[in-house]
Amino acid sequence: MNSAEKTKSVKGGPPKLHQVTLKINNKEETLTISPQTTLLDALRNYLNYTGTKKGCDHGQCGACTVLVDGKNVNSCLCLAVMHDDVEITTIEGLGTPEKLHPMQEAFIKHDAYQCGYCTPGQICSAVAMVDRGKGNDPEEIRDLMSGNLCRCGAYTNIYKAVKEVKDQSSFKDQLS
Amino acid sequence: MNNFTFQKAGSVNEAVTASTTKRSRIIAGGTNLVDLMKYRVENPEEVIDITRLALDKIELLEDGGMRLGALATNADTAYHAEVAHNYPILAEAILSGASAQLRNKATDGGNLMQRTRCYYFYDTATPCNKREPGSGCSAINGFNRIHAILGTSESCIATHPSDMCVALAALDAQVNVTGEDGERTIDFLDFHRLPGDHPEKDNNLNPGDVITSIDLPNKGFKSHFEYLKVRDRESYAFALVSVAAALELEGDTIKDIRVALGGVAHKPWRIPAAEKECIGKPANEETFKNLAEKLLAGAKGFGDNDFKIPLAHKAIVRALTTAKLKTEK
Repeated sequence: MNSAEKTKSVKGGPPKLHQVTLKINNKEETLTISPQTTLLDALRNYLNYTGTKKGCDHGQCGACTVLVDGKNVNSCLCLAVMHDDVEITTIEGLGTPEKLHPMQEAFIKHDAYQCGYCTPGQICSAVAMVDRGKGNDPEEIRDLMSGNLCRCGAYTNIYKAVKEVKDQSSFKDQLS
Repeated sequence: MNNFTFQKAGSVNEAVTASTTKRSRIIAGGTNLVDLMKYRVENPEEVIDITRLALDKIELLEDGGMRLGALATNADTAYHAEVAHNYPILAEAILSGASAQLRNKATDGGNLMQRTRCYYFYDTATPCNKREPGSGCSAINGFNRIHAILGTSESCIATHPSDMCVALAALDAQVNVTGEDGERTIDFLDFHRLPGDHPEKDNNLNPGDVITSIDLPNKGFKSHFEYLKVRDRESYAFALVSVAAALELEGDTIKDIRVALGGVAHKPWRIPAAEKECIGKPANEETFKNLAEKLLAGAKGFGDNDFKIPLAHKAIVRALTTAKLKTEK
């Protein structure tokens, strides 16, 4: 039995499609999708925001991390139809090749990746942490970054990059 | 994922009506449900989104307690200034669980509703009474390192995976629910259940019940508390054994004491009668060891998880000792 037939026998018809407008990196994108579509698949497969990566697809590795209203979440565990009233930011929305986000600059400076597959997720989590005023000691940084796995084991340099941006941010807070 | 219909509930009553059928599921954060749907462990015909309901507030109650809206996220709860100040044991327990990403999405109501992480429950190729009643338990004679040592049955030895719920059990929280017959309040210790002959039922909710909020009594044990979580890695791992320990002291004498255990049973494990016997006794190792023995009375290992019995014993004594030594705030 192929998968189409299987679906039919379960529910007696194709999925009902929903129209959803997602606000991604300040741009509105309208899609007609089945409710099963995850935010991750909507971003990558339908809208070509391929900076966000699919790793485990079960919320365990963090490769799919994006920002929803500024907070880091696993886009693989989000149904896209539930995200029509929020601001979604992907790695493409944080910086551009001409003007990198400070966290991206720090990752390059500290050589905080090898293969780079986890990097967009790492950067989204790090940016969310710093923006929320968290990561105030080394243990808290490590703990709040623990939802992003790096199979190359670049953790030492990832930590250095994040810590540097966090320290700069705290210094700015003190001045203001 | 299977094919399902999706609707957004416009009110609590709409959610109640829509979710009374057996094959429907309510979704909020979705961090556990979507995962289980991907594994085809959960195959709902209808998914009802309740995230548009105004249930995300965290507020102070007149009696000095606090009310956590069912849709408040775990992160917003743990980082809430008054929660962190009045109920530090709850904030610590929440922050010890999951990852930053999951806590940002997972809701407080959903935390209560998460399913076990028993590997056989997730593996649809194996028998599991919780997933498929009557099919058998693969864990009892299988790999059971993460499984329960207390309150088990011949049908199921799964544990409840939550950290937050262990602290809520220790604090005597209450769960506010709206169902077909209106609103009601469930004491936290009566919310989850032991597996018995019906491990498919994690809790005492009826079909159609919607959790609207969780109430915390004004007593937060903010001076002497400890959430001790023993696990295989320092962060982002489920508890092998966890202990929420809280003390109220008068000098060295115990005025009130709470101990709830996680990772050892189908629900947060607490024995209020054993706690009562400690009142008036000195807060010392002897008292703590006696309490640990009572909490672990009848504990039974299944081979791989035998280590949890001595581990839990030591963890209880250590958590209570740490709680006692905390400096008064």
